[in-house]
Amino acid sequence: MDANQQTDAARPVLEGPDIARVLTRIAHEIVERAKGADDVVLLGIPTRGVFLARRLAEKLQQITGRPVPVGSLDITMYRDDLRMRPARAIGRTEIPADGVDGRLVVLVDDVLFSGRTIRAALDALGDIGRPRAVQLAVLVDRGHRELPIRADYVGKNLPTSLREAVKVQLAEEDGRDAVLLGVREAAPAGER
Amino acid sequence: MLRHLISAADLTRDDAVQILDTAEEMARVADRPIKKLPTLRGRTVVNLFFEDSTRTRISFEAAEKRLSADVINFSAKGSSVSKGESLKDTAQTLEAMGVDAVVIRHGASGAPYRLATSGWIDAAVINAGDGTHQHPTQALLDAFTLRRRLVGHDTGLGRDLAGKRVVIVGDILHSRVARSNVDLLHTLGAEVVLVAPPTLLPVGVTNWPCEVSYDLDSALAKCDAVMMLRVQRERMNAAFFPTEREYSRRYGLDGDRMAKLPEHAIVMHPGPMVRGMEITAQVADSPRCTAIEQVANGVSIRMAVLYLLLGGNESAA
Repeated sequence: MDANQQTDAARPVLEGPDIARVLTRIAHEIVERAKGADDVVLLGIPTRGVFLARRLAEKLQQITGRPVPVGSLDITMYRDDLRMRPARAIGRTEIPADGVDGRLVVLVDDVLFSGRTIRAALDALGDIGRPRAVQLAVLVDRGHRELPIRADYVGKNLPTSLREAVKVQLAEEDGRDAVLLGVREAAPAGER
Repeated sequence: MLRHLISAADLTRDDAVQILDTAEEMARVADRPIKKLPTLRGRTVVNLFFEDSTRTRISFEAAEKRLSADVINFSAKGSSVSKGESLKDTAQTLEAMGVDAVVIRHGASGAPYRLATSGWIDAAVINAGDGTHQHPTQALLDAFTLRRRLVGHDTGLGRDLAGKRVVIVGDILHSRVARSNVDLLHTLGAEVVLVAPPTLLPVGVTNWPCEVSYDLDSALAKCDAVMMLRVQRERMNAAFFPTEREYSRRYGLDGDRMAKLPEHAIVMHPGPMVRGMEITAQVADSPRCTAIEQVANGVSIRMAVLYLLLGGNESAA
């Protein structure tokens, strides 16, 4: 019942073709800013960040003609709110074989909200290696930061109120591509 | 998820699979340059060992430290227990120090249960072996080893041990490892066969969810894993078999017997091994023997249990 209510009330902000265009633009921006993206490693934050990272890697390969290492970085064990909720399932951390030392790591996530996920991701990354630099790409920036963190590549800036919920759906997980803006009930899984 | 881990029989299939899946991710931490997670920072865990142990205590300590918990080690020797202090007073002392979890090994069956349900302490209680009762983290690490070897590291995620056949051989009577394994393997869908001389089988074993046999050779022909148990001389107060040589000939695993195992089958041992008694050196040192792998997997399993019991806060749900 809750799911229906949310779908009824939720308004699509980005549809499938918009998301594809946005990712193409971000891929070009990465190539431009990283001067060819020779040493780029894409790390997605589970769950949906990983799918976005893989899609970005494909687009980067189309642009540069070279395969781009892509992996995933689970941040569950580094969260600052572990003690406020029951223990959660741990996601997969998969670092490309050549590691991250001396590379330009681009973290990829679906929604940038409080910034706490990214704080945790930076801590997790520090235990894995020492990148040359770390950048952040997000599909949606919904504002309301609680930490001094900003994204380097933003798909769409989406001014929201705290009562609203932003839900990203991706074909790999949800069967379709969309960004939905609805009314917040509890904190949905897609945003942090 | 439960608040305490007292018995392998308390775990549902989903609980057990969740622990195994979490352990699979924890195992990957061991491959990193910094083998440490900040998850239990500021939490205090006491290892309360009233009985001797090397591998379990070190394994728990390694798991606790990898999760950044503060660790206090307590062994009965050299503590106030040797002056006659009761379990209750020891527990209340720990409570007063603000302990978040107690890992307890005790010679008396039921001591961890008493600690968890008596109201003496608020901390989570993890049973690290009590008398001849239970050793749940051992059963979990055995199941983890079985799943990794027989199903696969990544393909095993989310899956149980349905259809696998495990033969457990030796001193079932005194073995908490056997009891825990029968409970957990049954929950995970595996078939278990116990093989032992009749004198080393407990009363009521026919009611356990497993088969019982006295003939090792016929059980070995069709199985996916064989688990050898040590004969626990320190718990024996009577003659359970005529001589060690006879035991070893009928119930020991040597090279000839190992050759009769199906090709994919593995040989497990919870340790400590008594070479020449239940297992020959040739078998113990063969690549089919997973004893060392089980120790490594033990750290991952204990990290998973500690994380799932302590990492979150159930009351905030």
